[in-house]
Amino acid sequence: MQKSVITVVGKDTVGIMAKVCTYLANNRINIEDISQTIVQGYFNMMMIVDMEKTDKPFTDIASELAQIGEEIGVIIRCQREEIFDQMHRL
Amino acid sequence: MVNLREVRETNKMIQQQNLDVRTITLGISLLDCITDDLDKLNENIYNKITTTAKDLVECGRKIEAEFGIPIVNKRIALTPAALVGGSACKSSDDFVTIAKTMDRAAKDVGVNLIGGYSALVSKGMTKADELLIRSIPKALHETDRVCSSVNLASTRTGINMDAVRLMGQIILDVAEISKENDSADCMKLVVFCNAPDDNPFMAGAFHGVTEADAIINVGVSGPGVVKEAVAKVRGEDFEVLCETIKKTAFKVTRVGQLVAQEASKMLNIPFGIVDLSLAPTPAVGDSVADILCEIGLEYAGAPGTTAALAMLNDQVKKGGVMASSYVGGLSGAFIPVSEDQGMIHAVEAGAMTLEKLEAMTCVCSVGLDMIAIPGDTKATTISGIIADEMAIGMVNQKTTAARLIPAYGKKVGDSVEFGGLFGYAPIMPVNPYSCDAFINRTGRIPAPIHSFKN
Repeated sequence: MQKSVITVVGKDTVGIMAKVCTYLANNRINIEDISQTIVQGYFNMMMIVDMEKTDKPFTDIASELAQIGEEIGVIIRCQREEIFDQMHRL
Repeated sequence: MVNLREVRETNKMIQQQNLDVRTITLGISLLDCITDDLDKLNENIYNKITTTAKDLVECGRKIEAEFGIPIVNKRIALTPAALVGGSACKSSDDFVTIAKTMDRAAKDVGVNLIGGYSALVSKGMTKADELLIRSIPKALHETDRVCSSVNLASTRTGINMDAVRLMGQIILDVAEISKENDSADCMKLVVFCNAPDDNPFMAGAFHGVTEADAIINVGVSGPGVVKEAVAKVRGEDFEVLCETIKKTAFKVTRVGQLVAQEASKMLNIPFGIVDLSLAPTPAVGDSVADILCEIGLEYAGAPGTTAALAMLNDQVKKGGVMASSYVGGLSGAFIPVSEDQGMIHAVEAGAMTLEKLEAMTCVCSVGLDMIAIPGDTKATTISGIIADEMAIGMVNQKTTAARLIPAYGKKVGDSVEFGGLFGYAPIMPVNPYSCDAFINRTGRIPAPIHSFKN
């Protein structure tokens, strides 16, 4: 199972979640966990997703998500979960 | 499962504090390329490099994209050329053809530097070693990406003073041949005491003869991350300070370990070591000197600098060692002058001198690094500086090095501009008194007494 972390950071606006989730659903990427906060008007969201069922290569997904972010004026990053796990878990 | 706070912390390190993987260095053995036919040797070397390293750059890009961590350099380290070319090269010009082959292969696989134009002469020089050393000025000048290193001393063998004397002149020749370019070729040449076989950092990377056929070594970097962490504990006692540095070093090194394992898997080449070095760049906030200032010094070079650096270096190692299964290379804080904005400021303010840098090299990795000195410095004086640095390494059983830039035609008050990751450097004054008679003695300095441990 390949887990990844998607983060969205930017000015809060209508439809951020809708755009991201639609993209994920269309690509058969399952969302396992979501947490979000809004700090001083800035939207901070993190999703843990499972990419096992998608056919697209990881790098394509990462760049397409970044593209969606640009369109709605937020920064979207998609990274493999291991980098966070390695750094914060023994 | 990771939480939002942790994800934000990691991404903040990457985006705001310049956390990156400084280099993935692929070590390649050229021992199986050896033949006595020069053309055949060059062909073998080219083929070995381009076959083994063909996917290296792409692998680096892929890891970058998947983990969202920048990998600044992809590099190659080779078996010291003096060993590989010993049988085929009958002249210095023959050795230069190897440098050109290395350069061509580096360009074709897309790596930015290739190391291993090297000789290991800590006790004595073979004919091939000497030919290679004498070819260094031409080899570096006629190539773009080749790096050269010479191991002049070790704790077990003492200091080869004949080679030290020769290198003083060679460094001046390298400076002169690249005078149009602020003597920039000197950046690609370093001399060592106790050179490690698995150093991923240039200019000193080579693939030691004790290594496997091919190996992945990774160097991480994160002075900015450590500085931010230290800033949060301003005024706290040493226990808190040390714990903070240690924890930060652990986190940074974990990233290196992950990248090394991933690269090893992708390329199907064994993982060698992670080098736990704090390697600065001229980027604002990516400075080791700034960490020293944050610890409590007005400038790097102020009284207390050596103690602060000793503590920093030790905590980085303590934190990093547990984070990686194999630690090696140089591991510690680098203190190059031109590549570190805080060091440049310290030199310009008059806080940092060559002598203070020498003291600092006793307690951290590497040595006198990227230091511009007047172009009219005598060869024997350069040899004297090198000999001092070698003695520190030899007696303290550590790696030390010297990468000096006697900038042609420049004097104290001028500066040299290298651009990019190499930065710029103000010319530092050198002690004007002579060591001619000392350097002109032939032979070698014997190994120190503590080498007789077995």
